[in-house]
This record gives sequence, structure tokens and C-alpha cells, in this order.
Amino acid sequence: MEQQEIFEKVVEIIKPFVKAPEGVTGAKMETSILKDLKVNSARLVDVVIEIEDAFGIEVSDEAADKVRTIGDAVTLILAEQKRK
Amino acid sequence: MLAPNAHGKDAFVAALRQGKSGIRHHAHLAAANFACQVGGIPEGVEELQTKYLSSEALMAMNPNMVYAAIAAIDAWTDAGLPRIAPDDDRVDWDTGAILGTGIGGIDTIAEKLAPKTDAGKVSRLGSTMVEQIMSSGNSARVAGLLGLGNQVTTNSSACNTGTEAVVEAFYRIREGRALRMLAGGSEGHSKYIWAGFDAMKVLCKTHNDAPEKASRPMSASAAGFIPGSGAGVLVLERLDVALARGARIYAEVLGGAVNCGGHRMGGSMTAPNPTGVQKCIRAAVQTAGVRPEEIGAINGHLTATFADPHEVASWSRALELAPEKMPLIHSTKSLIGHALGAAGGIECVASVLELHHGFVHGSINCEDLHPSLAAYADRIPHRTVDVPGLEVLAKASFGFGDVNGCVLFRKH
Repeated sequence: MEQQEIFEKVVEIIKPFVKAPEGVTGAKMETSILKDLKVNSARLVDVVIEIEDAFGIEVSDEAADKVRTIGDAVTLILAEQKRK
Repeated sequence: MLAPNAHGKDAFVAALRQGKSGIRHHAHLAAANFACQVGGIPEGVEELQTKYLSSEALMAMNPNMVYAAIAAIDAWTDAGLPRIAPDDDRVDWDTGAILGTGIGGIDTIAEKLAPKTDAGKVSRLGSTMVEQIMSSGNSARVAGLLGLGNQVTTNSSACNTGTEAVVEAFYRIREGRALRMLAGGSEGHSKYIWAGFDAMKVLCKTHNDAPEKASRPMSASAAGFIPGSGAGVLVLERLDVALARGARIYAEVLGGAVNCGGHRMGGSMTAPNPTGVQKCIRAAVQTAGVRPEEIGAINGHLTATFADPHEVASWSRALELAPEKMPLIHSTKSLIGHALGAAGGIECVASVLELHHGFVHGSINCEDLHPSLAAYADRIPHRTVDVPGLEVLAKASFGFGDVNGCVLFRKH
């Protein structure tokens, strides 16, 4: 899958978890999931589960912990897809 | 409030006046081989909840919590209190909530937690399980929605839950520990809640083909209660504070009492000790500082089990009033079923609205009055009666566990 396609899909996955959904328009690779989108940190577990289901990958706890921005998530997904 | 027959106080008043039943046949109960296939479930909630709650919040809320939140927000708004925005860091330290439930988040447990856990898929449960299954889920969620900073808790005393919440909130304010408390209860509609009652054979199975006639408190043909669900919440406030801000006050809580019958003297886990019941009523009346003759109406527990005639007799003995001198007696459960942890909350809301508007709604489905209640026939209206002089109303609930609660309201 192309990076742009992954990016858009990740944004769609994160959108319901964003407290102010308008903040999602204008999201970039550098956008911080916790700081910029203000996603509740307790819900990151749910975001990871959705990403695993949507892209057919498994994300370890350690890998998930390193994800700060949307770009980090995209990079992780690309890497996992290459490994398969 | 959110009841099987109405959402919101105006619709509820109309439904009470009209004797509108919220009991329907539910196909999923028939499919699951329930003996009782009718029940009371608030309608239109899937769309309604989106007007109150963000999709992010709804992801972590089961029906019990949704019902509580809708009722709490409605009560808050109706009380004229401003909402603190989610990104506003102010906390209302003077306001708390006692919002009870009888069973709680069992649907989340049964439908999500247990299957995935047993399949070895704990990591797939997601982050929202605990806040939905913890007994305090309903009050905890409401606290965040409203920015509450005083005591926030979920009490639980079975069928007495909602009434007990009002009594406890009353005393907390009176002791000066809070200026304002939300009080009431909520209960979901899951078949997993209702299954246990069906299995005990305390639900009515004789009216699956006539749902609106199924809930028959005080009738000769009463054959068990009809399960219900929803939420009822009152905003209790210290009188001077409410007056100072020009709040619309429906009623004053004069006093209340809770006790237990100890499962003795005729009481058990599931049957009330009449002495305990009468002591509770007397204690409530005493703290209210009214004479029994001043009570214009009784909103009873009255579920349509064998206990109904005994309850009326207990009221008569506790108040020391002969049948013909008794206040009007009625059962909101005839319209909405027994909403368990929500019952006391919804029925206190009904009581307060009746006082405010000066009417007592009829108890439907007891035209065939139980023979033991013949002496009280004149005091049990079947259709709504206007009572412009209605000043004081007594509300009581009597729950599994032999627990009792009684609260007295006076029209403001």
C-alpha cells in the first residue's frame, strides 16, 4: 500500500478518538497524536487494535510505545507490511 | 429522566397523565426462551444519545451509562445550571452525584469481556472495559460530563437503589458536605440482567401477547413484575442556594429514611420484613416532621408480586390510618415496569412532577383489584386524578436484600 493511502486510512482510524474532530483536517505526518489531536492516552490501545485489524498486521507493545505522530504510525505500518 | 414510556419531563408528565404504558413485546427475549417476553426499554436512544454524547464518549459507554448520562444532563439543564465545557479546567467542588444501579454493566461483561477473555484474547479487549463494568461506571461518567467535584459514587441496594440515593444525597447536603447533589439511579436493559429474575419465576409470563396489560400491581391477576430500564435523576440543592440563584424548585425533600429488615420476622433475601418496612416509613415521616394525615399521596414500590397487598397494609399500619383515611396510593410501575436500580430514581421524578402539577396518575391494570385491597378501593385511582391541593407525597421502595427506603416530598 502507498504511503499516502496509509496516511489517509490512519487519519480515518484516529478521527473518532479525537476530542475535537475538526482538528483532524490539516493533519500532517508530523501531527502528534496525543498533543495536537488530543487523543486520550488511555485510548491509544484501541487505536492500535484498529490499525492491526485494518492493515492485517500485529503491533508489539514496544513498537506501539514509540509511536508519537501520525508519521510514526505510517512508518510502522509500512515496515510491518514489508515484513509479511 | 429516561423511561420506557417517555424521555424528558414534559413527555413523562403527559405519559403519566395518559396512563401510557412503555411495556412492549421484545423478540430477542422470545428467541432466548424467556418465560416473560415483555419489558420496558426506552425508545429511540440510538439517535437520542448522539445529541448528548460524543462518539468518543459513546465508545466507552454501555446502555446503563448512557441512560444515566442523558437523565443527569437533562436534570442539570432543567435546573438552570451551566455546563462546564470539556476543555474548561474549572471543577464544581460543591456538587456531587449519587447515581446508583442495581446490576450495572453486565452486558459489557457478558457480550465482550467474558467471551474474549475465555478465548485467550485479553489483548483484544481494548481500553474501555473497566470503566463500563465497574459498578460506579454510571456516576463516574456523569462526573466527567458535568465537572463534578464533590462526592461521586454509585450506591447499590437493589430495588431501593434510586430512593436510597435521594435519601443519602439529602443528608449529605443537610450535613453541609455539599451544596448540590444529583441523585437517582439507572439500569440497562440487557437480557442478562433480566434472565436471573425470569429464572426465579418472579416475572409475569401471562401477558406476552398483551404487553401493555402485563404490569399489574395491586391486581388480583398480578403474577410477577415486568422488567424495565432507564434512568431518573433529581438535582437536590440546599434551599437557600437554590433560592439565591432563582432556580425553579419543584419540591422540597422533607426527610427520608433507609433501613433493612434483617431477613427475619417474615423477611428474607427476597421478601420484606413488614416490621422493617413500617419502621422505615415511620422514621421517614418523623424526620419529615409531618403528620400522616398531611400526606396526600403514596407512590408505592408496588411491583405486581404477592407483596403488593402486604405493602399497602404496612403503609396503613405505619401511618396509623384506616383504609378509608389513607392517602391516594399508586404505582408508576404499572406504566413502566420495574426498572430495578433506576426504579427509585424514575419514580421519585414522577412523584416530584405530580406534586408540582397537582395530579396523581392512575395505576393501570388493576381494575380487578386484589381482594385484600378491597377496603382501599377508593384510594387507588385507575385513571389520573387532579389533586390541586396535593402538598405532601411519600415515596418508598423495598428491595431484594430486605432493604427499605422512604422519602417525603412537599410541593414548593
